[in-house]
Parts: sequence; structure tokens; C-alpha cells
Amino acid sequence: MVRHLTRTLLSGITLAAMLGIATVSTQAATLHMAWSQDATGLDPHKQTAFSSLRLLELIYEPLVRVDASLQIIPAIATSWEFSKDGKELTFKLDPKAKFQDGAAVTSADVKASFERILDEKTGAAARANFLSIASIDTPDAATVVFHLSQPDVPILTAMSDVNAAIVPAAEIKAGSIGTKTVGSGPFKLDKWDPNAKEVLSANKNWAGGATGVDGIEISVLPDEAAILAAMRTKQIDFALLNDPLVATLVPKEANLQLNRVPVLAYNVLQLNPSRKPMTELKVRQAISCAIDRQEVLDTAALGEGKVTGPLTIPAFATDPSQLFCYKRDVEKAKKLMAEAGFADGFSATVIGATGEPPTAAAEAQVIQSQLAEIGVKLDIKMMELNVYVDAWLKGDFDMAIALNGGRADPYTMYNRYWTKAGNLQKVANYIDDTLDSQMQQGRAETDPAKRKAIFAAFEKHLAEMSPWIWLYTSYSYTAQQKNIARFVPTPTGTLFSLSKVTIKQ
Amino acid sequence: MTYLLRRLATFPLVLLGVSILVFVAIRMVPGDSITAMLGTEAGLLTPAQRDSLAAYFGIDQPWFVQYWRWIGGILHGNFGISVTYGRPVLDVILERFPLTLELAVLSMIIALLVGMPAGIYAATHNEKLSDLGVRVAAMIGQSTPSFVLGLLIIYTLSAGFGVLPAMGEFAPLWQDPLRNLSQLILPAITLGFAFAASVTRIARSAMLDVLSDDYVRTARSKGASARSVIWRHALPNALIPVVTLSGIEFGYLLGGAVIVEQIYALPGLGRMVLDAILQRDYALVQGTVLFIAFNFMIVNLLVDLAYVALDPRIRLGEQ
Repeated sequence: MVRHLTRTLLSGITLAAMLGIATVSTQAATLHMAWSQDATGLDPHKQTAFSSLRLLELIYEPLVRVDASLQIIPAIATSWEFSKDGKELTFKLDPKAKFQDGAAVTSADVKASFERILDEKTGAAARANFLSIASIDTPDAATVVFHLSQPDVPILTAMSDVNAAIVPAAEIKAGSIGTKTVGSGPFKLDKWDPNAKEVLSANKNWAGGATGVDGIEISVLPDEAAILAAMRTKQIDFALLNDPLVATLVPKEANLQLNRVPVLAYNVLQLNPSRKPMTELKVRQAISCAIDRQEVLDTAALGEGKVTGPLTIPAFATDPSQLFCYKRDVEKAKKLMAEAGFADGFSATVIGATGEPPTAAAEAQVIQSQLAEIGVKLDIKMMELNVYVDAWLKGDFDMAIALNGGRADPYTMYNRYWTKAGNLQKVANYIDDTLDSQMQQGRAETDPAKRKAIFAAFEKHLAEMSPWIWLYTSYSYTAQQKNIARFVPTPTGTLFSLSKVTIKQ
Repeated sequence: MTYLLRRLATFPLVLLGVSILVFVAIRMVPGDSITAMLGTEAGLLTPAQRDSLAAYFGIDQPWFVQYWRWIGGILHGNFGISVTYGRPVLDVILERFPLTLELAVLSMIIALLVGMPAGIYAATHNEKLSDLGVRVAAMIGQSTPSFVLGLLIIYTLSAGFGVLPAMGEFAPLWQDPLRNLSQLILPAITLGFAFAASVTRIARSAMLDVLSDDYVRTARSKGASARSVIWRHALPNALIPVVTLSGIEFGYLLGGAVIVEQIYALPGLGRMVLDAILQRDYALVQGTVLFIAFNFMIVNLLVDLAYVALDPRIRLGEQ
């Protein structure tokens, strides 16, 4: 046994020497991080990819941000206030806030940033969240007043997103946003080699104080099994993981720690109610009753998550077991199919994106076998992500397996789908007066308790109409060496707390 | 010389064909640069926003105008700007190419060093147990997917020995040769493994063919030693199929070993072009495919010229 161990040890040392590999941790002041998908661009107003947002929120800051419990907390603004009629929102800016080039962040920068977002030429997808802004006043350098065309409570949450980041007015004028990164966040971007590496260094001007590390080096390692391997050998201190299969291996490693937190994004089976026979309420309800959501979660995602209704925000979520047909009832499903005139079932195609989420194909397979029990024959069509997005945006599908992003406010999360003027109505293909009116009430209501009641009714009605079958929310995973401290995982998936992370020697 | 000039004269025509093919093919795939950047959020754009982004990505004009602009640029040495990198396409390609070239050369060396002796050994021990052993090993080598072997190597090293070559940032050969070699040796072994198996099989069958030829029998009857028969008389003629195979394989490798680069996180051409396709970075995809096609043609030409050196009976370009 001892001889075997010695031999293994010697072989390891020999291999390490041959490969010229460092087996000890790298410089303590630099956090070595890895993820499998890189940012796709540097313009905070245009980027929507998950990795882009995670990178940019380390460089840029919005007026406010949300904490781990999704409460609004200060960022560039130290305080904010809605007028009594809810049509005026005033921010006081932090006098210490500075851009990475040393210039102070002023109300002129805030005004210029929002005007850029609202300018159609910019192509900012988040513009849709700020259409109620009628005008912006800057009474002094530290005060900004947003005049709204109608009461818009969720606009404050929308402003916490890095898509509403404050950028220097001078850089907007110079047309350099996206090519030059000058933010007011905790880190500066020193180097970006797309799909390979990012190098960040601490911003000494950051109003939030000193960062815990001198810099962050992000490596793009496309294979998550390779990320885990690199963590085992201590090349990587911290990593973002998407695949539950890889994430569940992390706790088996003595030196590694897995952080997991339920996210706001939700896995859903989108039905297309504009296509027969999903036009029939009873058919949609039958599908809802025939699906065992817990089994989908257990089989496709190894049980890594929890069954959810439409509302995934903890402050608004209700008990999903109280929603329509959340307990599988095949007999009821068959009865509903017969009442709709489809006792013998029907055939349909379900689309999914390969690897996005990693569980998409498995989800489709479980649903295929469950729906077969009520005579629905599903043909699974897996596509490359961009091809899928193209079909999805055109509403060109019978059913779609999707992982849709969540927001910290239910109105911002769902107004695109479930209002009459929603930009993605052509994807949802279902709206009724009740849903639209509930969304408008929720938008204008300022009392938190009343808002919660409005959205609870909205959720119940949505589950009953079953245009989509909400399945589960999964976890966001980060893995870290055990000597990394002070990282706080949040439901939004933000990595902002890397600004305070320290590496113990 | 005439042959060489004639071959070189066909290059522009082939490249023109490739340029049309890649230009049309990448645009036939659903989705565009806008949906690649914004995903499903692209649905939130107004028509004016979409038009503005289309102009930014250079996809606002009809196909033929876009093609004409691109080809016109290439004639002036301008391959376009990559929207992902924000830099000239040719700069990005030339930055990635050394890694791909080095990886191709290394795996070729490994494959030939292993495959040639194994093939010759098997041929000279035809139908014996050792021949069977080599053939089985070659079969396993050829049928093991590179991602399986790559992941096995990574897993064994990291879990069994706690070591792994540095991943993520590549050290060029001229800057840090030792680190460079440590980063490339495992990917080269992964790639070279399957390639060595092919070389073994081709070398074995070519050697068996040649060994049954009359001139080999004559050499033997003249009293030439077994070693001399194999190395001096048989091997040069058995090399031609190996050179053909190696040329084709090397040409493919110059296009980038996508899977191996992906597993070992090497920033080579293969991974770059894959990312460019996923991100619908049209200029980068088109430029890289043209570059790969050009390399392939050069390698093919060199293989043809090598035939003459190996067998003086071959005269290129003669009817």
C-alpha cells in the first residue's frame, strides 16, 4: 500500500515536472476565475447575454442595485423617492462616485445615459422598460428627476440592471461606448481576448471602497468538466457552472465548495395557443394536468431545483401546489382531451436549443413520455441556439422547451408576454382582459401588500389558462476553492460580490 | 515548373468558389448577428432599433451588395472587421494560426513516429500474433473519439495526479517554449492518437503490397539483407499512400481541431471559427474559411510535389 502510494506520488511529481505545471495556488491578490461562455460584447446598454452582464456589472454601475434578498439598495444613487402621484422619481447621486478615468459621475451623465438607452438608434433591448420616461431634469450635478408619463413602480427595479448602467456623457458623445470601457464599478477591464480571456484590475476610484482582490483573470474554458479539472489542480479559484451534472460533482472534492441558489429564471414548456389544437383551453389544461413537474425536475436536472409557478421572485411566489393541476392527474387530463374532441390525442413538435439549458433535451424526452399517456405524440426537434431563437421569436413552433430569464419585479418580468402591448405577444400568442388588467394594476400600485395580492391573482389565472406550463426553477452554481471568502450568491446570478471577495493565504 | 504555375493559376478560381459557398451557406442558417447578440431579448427591439443594429453589423444591404463589398475589400487586402473582436479579421486569424499550425505539426510528428514503425512492424510480421496486436490497437485508436480520449486524459491527470497543463491563456512558442510545449503536448497526443492509428493501417497495407512486388523479390534473391530490403527498397515506395494520407490529414488539422481545442481550451482557429459561427460573426467566418481553403490547397500542392521526390517515375502534369 505504502509502495503504491509512493509510486503514485512519484509519478505525479514526474508528470508535473514534465508538463511544467504549477500545482500550488497562484498569486493571492488575483482571483483566477473560469466560465464556459464568454461575454459577447462590452456595450452595457446593448448586451443581454448572461456572461456579458456578469462581466459588465463588475465594470459599470447602475443608479441602484438589488441585494441577495432582491431589495433595492444604493449604487451610484444614495437615495431615491417617488412623488405622491407616482409620476416623478428623484435620485440623489453619491458625491464620491467617480468613473475609472477619475471624472465625477454627475446628473448630466445619468441624463445622457438614459437618453442613449431611449434613442432607437442605440438598439438597447432594455429601452422597452423605460418607455414611461417623459423627460429628465438635472436641477444640480447631484440630483436627477425622472418625469414619468404614468405611474411606473417597476421602473426602479429595471434601473437596477446593468443594462441601465451610467456611462460617461463624454464617451457617448465620442461614440466609444462598447469599444472603450469607462465605468464607475469596482474593476477596470485591462484586456479582453474574446472567447479566451479577460483581465480586470481593481478600480482605485471606486466609491464602494477597496476591493478584496487586486484583480480578476477570467479564463474561458468551454468544457465544464475541464473547469472542474482545473479547479482540482488549483489553477482556478472560482468558476461559474451551468450544468447540474458537473455542479453535483463539486462537493465530492475536499478543497472545493459549491454555492447554489435558486434563480429567477424558469424552465417552461411553452405551448403555442395560436396553433391547433392548443387554441383549445381544455387541450392546454389537459397538457398541464398530464405533466408531472417533479418528475421532469428529478429526471432532467437530477432534482436540482424546485417546482415553480409563473412567479419565481421569493417575495411574490405562492405555493405552487395550490395552482391549477400542479398535482399530476392523468384521468382528468384524458377527460379534458375527450371534452375538447381529442380523445385519440394529436401529434405536435416540440423545439429545444441544444445545450441551452443543458437539460433541454432531457426535459423534452420526459415530457414526450408523459404526454404519450394522453395520446399526444411529440416529435422532439433540437436546434442550435441561434436557430432556435429565430424560430422562437417568430412564434414558429407548436411547443418549445425554454429557459426564460427572470426579473426582480413581476411586471418587468412578464409585461413583454402577458400584456396587450407586450413586445413578445407574438411569442406568447395568448392574452386576455384579466391578465392585461392585472398587469396594469400591478404596475401602478405602490402598496407592497396590494401588489402581492394582484400578482398572486395574476399567477393563479395564468396557471389556469395554461398558455405555458411552468416547470421548475433551477439553481445558479458557482464553485470556489475553500480559501475564497465573502462571495454572496444571489437569485439574479450577479457576481457583483466578487468586489469584496478575499483570498485567504 | 509549368505544372506549378498551372496549379497556382487555379487558386483564385477555387477561392472564388469557396467564397461564394461560405458566404451563401452562413447566411442560409436561420438567425443573424442581432439574435446572436441579444438572444430572445431581440424580440424587444422596435423596427427602427433593429434597422440601426443591422446597419452596425453590416447586414442591412441585400446579399449581393454585401458580397460585392466583401470581395472588393479582399482584393485590397481588407478581409473586413470582426464584430466580436472589433479588429481586422486577418489580424485575428494570424494571431490564432500559430497555435493551430504548431498543434498540427506536433500531432503529425507523434502520428508518424508511432504509426510508421508500427505499420512496418505489422507488415513484416504479417498474420502473426504481434501483427494482430498492432491491428487491434490501430482499430481502437481509430474508433476512439478524440473528446473521449481528451476528457479521459484530463480526468486522469487532474483526479489521479492533481496536475494539469495551464488552460485558458496560451503561451506562444517563441515566448515560453517550455510552457508552450506543456500546453500542447496533451492535445497533440489526443489528436495524434487517432492519426497514428490511420498511419499504422495505411503503412501496413502499403508495405505488404510493396513487399510482394517483383523488385523486392529480386533484391532478396540478390542477397540483400532483410533490413536493407525494407528500409532501402520497400519503404520509399510504401511512403506514397502515407504521404497522401498525411497531406489530407494535415490540411484538415490546419483548419483547426475544434473538439480538442474546445476540451483543452486552446485559442486556435477551430475554436475561433466555431464561436464565430455561433455568434454569426460573418466577416470572421468567411475570412477564416477562405484562409483554411488556401492552406489546404498549399498542402495539397506540396503533397503532389513530394510524390516526385519519392518516386522519380512520377511526372506531374504529363498526360
